[in-house]
Amino acid sequence: MNIIDKIKVAGLTGRGGAEFPTAQKWQSVLNAKKANPKKPVYVVCNLSEGEPGVDKDMHIVEYFPEDVIIGMRAAIETFHADKAYIFVQSHNLKKVKSRLGPFIKRLPIVFFPEDRGYLAGEETALIETIEGNRTEPRLKPPYPTEKGLFGCPTLVNNLETFYCVSRILRGEYNSTRFISIRGDARNPGVFEMPCTATIEHILKKTKNVPRFGYFVQVGGGASGNILLPEELETTIKGAGSIMIYGTKKTDGRKLMKRWVEFFYRSNCGKCAPCREGVYRLREELGKAKPNWLILRAVLETMRDSSFCPLGKSVHEPMMSFMEKIGVK
Amino acid sequence: MPKKFQIKIDGKNIDAMEGETILQAALRSNIDIPHLCQHPDLSVRANCRMCMVSVKGIRSLVTACSTNVAPGMEIISKSPAIKRSRKFNLEMIFGEHVEDCPVCVWNSRCDLLKYRKELNSKMLRFEDRKVRRPIYEFGPIVFDQTKCIDCRNCVEVCPVEYLEVSGKGSEIGIEPSANRKKDCIACGQCIVHCPAGAIKSVGEYSAIDKLEKLFKQKDKIVVVQFAPSIRVSIGEELGLPYGAAATNQLSAGLRALGFNYVFDTSAAADFTTIEEASEAVERIKKGENLPIFTSCCPSWVMFMEFNRPDYVKHLSTARSPEIMLGGLIKTYWAEKEKIDPKQIISVSVMPCTSKKFEIERPEFKINGLKPVDIVITTRELSRWLLNKKIDLKKIKPSMADNPFGDPSGAGVIYGASGGVMESALRTAYWILTGENLKDYNLFKNVRGLDGIKRAVIKLPRPLKTAKGVRTELRVVVTNMIKNARLILDELKKDPSAYDFVEVMTCPGGCIGGGGQSMPVDNSIRERRASSLYVIDGEKKIRLAHENPAVLKAYDDYFKDVNKKHLVFHTKFYPKNRTKIITRRRVKADGALQSDKYKK
Repeated sequence: MNIIDKIKVAGLTGRGGAEFPTAQKWQSVLNAKKANPKKPVYVVCNLSEGEPGVDKDMHIVEYFPEDVIIGMRAAIETFHADKAYIFVQSHNLKKVKSRLGPFIKRLPIVFFPEDRGYLAGEETALIETIEGNRTEPRLKPPYPTEKGLFGCPTLVNNLETFYCVSRILRGEYNSTRFISIRGDARNPGVFEMPCTATIEHILKKTKNVPRFGYFVQVGGGASGNILLPEELETTIKGAGSIMIYGTKKTDGRKLMKRWVEFFYRSNCGKCAPCREGVYRLREELGKAKPNWLILRAVLETMRDSSFCPLGKSVHEPMMSFMEKIGVK
Repeated sequence: MPKKFQIKIDGKNIDAMEGETILQAALRSNIDIPHLCQHPDLSVRANCRMCMVSVKGIRSLVTACSTNVAPGMEIISKSPAIKRSRKFNLEMIFGEHVEDCPVCVWNSRCDLLKYRKELNSKMLRFEDRKVRRPIYEFGPIVFDQTKCIDCRNCVEVCPVEYLEVSGKGSEIGIEPSANRKKDCIACGQCIVHCPAGAIKSVGEYSAIDKLEKLFKQKDKIVVVQFAPSIRVSIGEELGLPYGAAATNQLSAGLRALGFNYVFDTSAAADFTTIEEASEAVERIKKGENLPIFTSCCPSWVMFMEFNRPDYVKHLSTARSPEIMLGGLIKTYWAEKEKIDPKQIISVSVMPCTSKKFEIERPEFKINGLKPVDIVITTRELSRWLLNKKIDLKKIKPSMADNPFGDPSGAGVIYGASGGVMESALRTAYWILTGENLKDYNLFKNVRGLDGIKRAVIKLPRPLKTAKGVRTELRVVVTNMIKNARLILDELKKDPSAYDFVEVMTCPGGCIGGGGQSMPVDNSIRERRASSLYVIDGEKKIRLAHENPAVLKAYDDYFKDVNKKHLVFHTKFYPKNRTKIITRRRVKADGALQSDKYKK
């Protein structure tokens, strides 16, 4: 059984948050390579991890560095890739280099340090960044698997995905995923849990069920969905993270402002609804009495018409928070 | 041939072709899906997000501008959810656009207003967030960030990458480049590709008031000339079809406005043709500074002077028809009419923003006077005629005052890419062979909207030159700087690849100029150009050197080489970077205050 079949059988999906079937992505790159064997192929390990409360990739770097490189090597060999990048935030570079560096040996892997923020983790914005352009998403199609970096077939996978590939190769993959638990957590940290585990189960297992009134944000500390304690019998969707908030302790307006401030810093300015929407959200929340109807309309417009996932994702945390917790 | 099939938009079957987008198919069938940033001249960027539609089988909405059609596709373009998203998106876009409609180049015909009406968007839902942003002026171009909706059409269309996106996120802005190796060439393509009217040329529309004041001064004689391409575009904002030829309506309209004399620049183009053709023949014979580049397009001249000073000696020293005519008016004509040239205010209507800059060149001055004092664009003239309620459809046509004769057909086709070359070749052929061209289709290869048009002209008999015997001439006609760059690259490899090169900066030549009426796209340019060739075809005289009035002027006045040089020729030199002036709005009502010189 070849590696792509093994990945397929394991049912691995991308760990960056979009949960795209990894085998399908690898197959597209391989097909593109076969169609045009002379074109170089690039492999990128995405370690940009820019969302608040998500730090599981750095955990993997710390504890399982060899697996990351084994996973990348598998991709390099499968596609006869010319070059592979580890796309990493500049402030993490030193640590990542010291952990991963020793395992790279003669593989054509280089580090690409960047400080372009959250959006740089979006795979087409990542490609634009490496190419030396503005960090902005590209139109799809063509997909990066066919025309990615410098117009060549490119595999962009999250660091955890490469870790999983390594586990699959070793026959040790047990369908687990890493989850960072942050916020008002009793026992914060990064934990490896079965993919099928419910949030309730994860909180129990990690001794993180709060003893006070709380709610959680799942799938990223800015773009994740808000869930109430009675809604936790579900698995995590999106990035592997759970933020815990004490209901009494949390100032709703401040929290929403913090999210909006994050998106204000992170948006690229390319498309109108996101660029203007985030500006207006920030303006409205800054007022003594925000107009909640306008806020809602801006969020819906952003969800329906933004160019990339960043703009589309602002709606979910804000709306779920307003509906479930409410603001004064 | 691309495959044809049917798709459904809002329940209506329409024809679509493989490889085209939903928006293209819809527009072809006269279904308008709101869109702001998509221009047929430019690539798809999908930035404005106004063209969201829903496609059966796809969960989220998609942009019609970037989604290709597929057989049997079912598209909904008008659901309440789509309408809501568009309406609100447009309101937010209005929030970054200071409305200045009375002085906007779109003259209230812009897409923002069109869709506002359709979607019932509130223009003032959000406070204008860019009121304090800078307004840049560089050369004849005014870039107003307070109106910019960040679609980036200007960034893409700029031939010299002078306009750049700067900043990040909600704070992005389009800025003139800080790179000292880049300079604006004033072509104005950014203006005609801006959906929001954020860019205009200096004088739009204050020049109209200035001229009306001049009309009232009894000691001034205000004369006007109109460029070849104006006659086929002036009607567009005034209710005539695209490309409608309206030469004599235009002359009558200019008179009705109050101009004392009306001249047709095409007549002067006949002088340009003769000068340029003679210069070309002479240089070919001497084998000197070849190829010869045309120099009628001031943006092209600016491009060469700033970016390729090593090549300026290749530019033809013949002045552009507009400047020649200005000079003729203030010398030959003034003398004949016994008018003091100092009394003459020489105005020109040009398809061009660069011309506003060109007239300031000091080396053009004749006895201390500028050949042309004021340039207005097609848009300014249209606005003026509209304000004065002068209806070109109803006006009694009258001929221009043509002291230099009715222009030849050659002078008229100057307005389209290839026209200068074709006119010059017709005359060069006569100079070289002593015979007139019998088949006007001989040079047809240089016509059309293609960016690069090459032709090899077989000479009827071998020509002895300093560099050996020549049996053919190689010419190339280009429009748009990106194509001219390709030709310059070719010349780097093989300096003798061409003998004669015509370059126009704007797509399709002057008919696609930065001072022309909007909107503009290939089909509109096509109609304007073919209209010029129809006029040429109908002319009895189609050769510049057969225009009797031109020949008479040469006999009467220009036997003196010095006079000829003074009025007809010029020189070029390396150009410094254009100064950038930054202003800001004092109040939202549009009052401006000069801030400081930047850079």
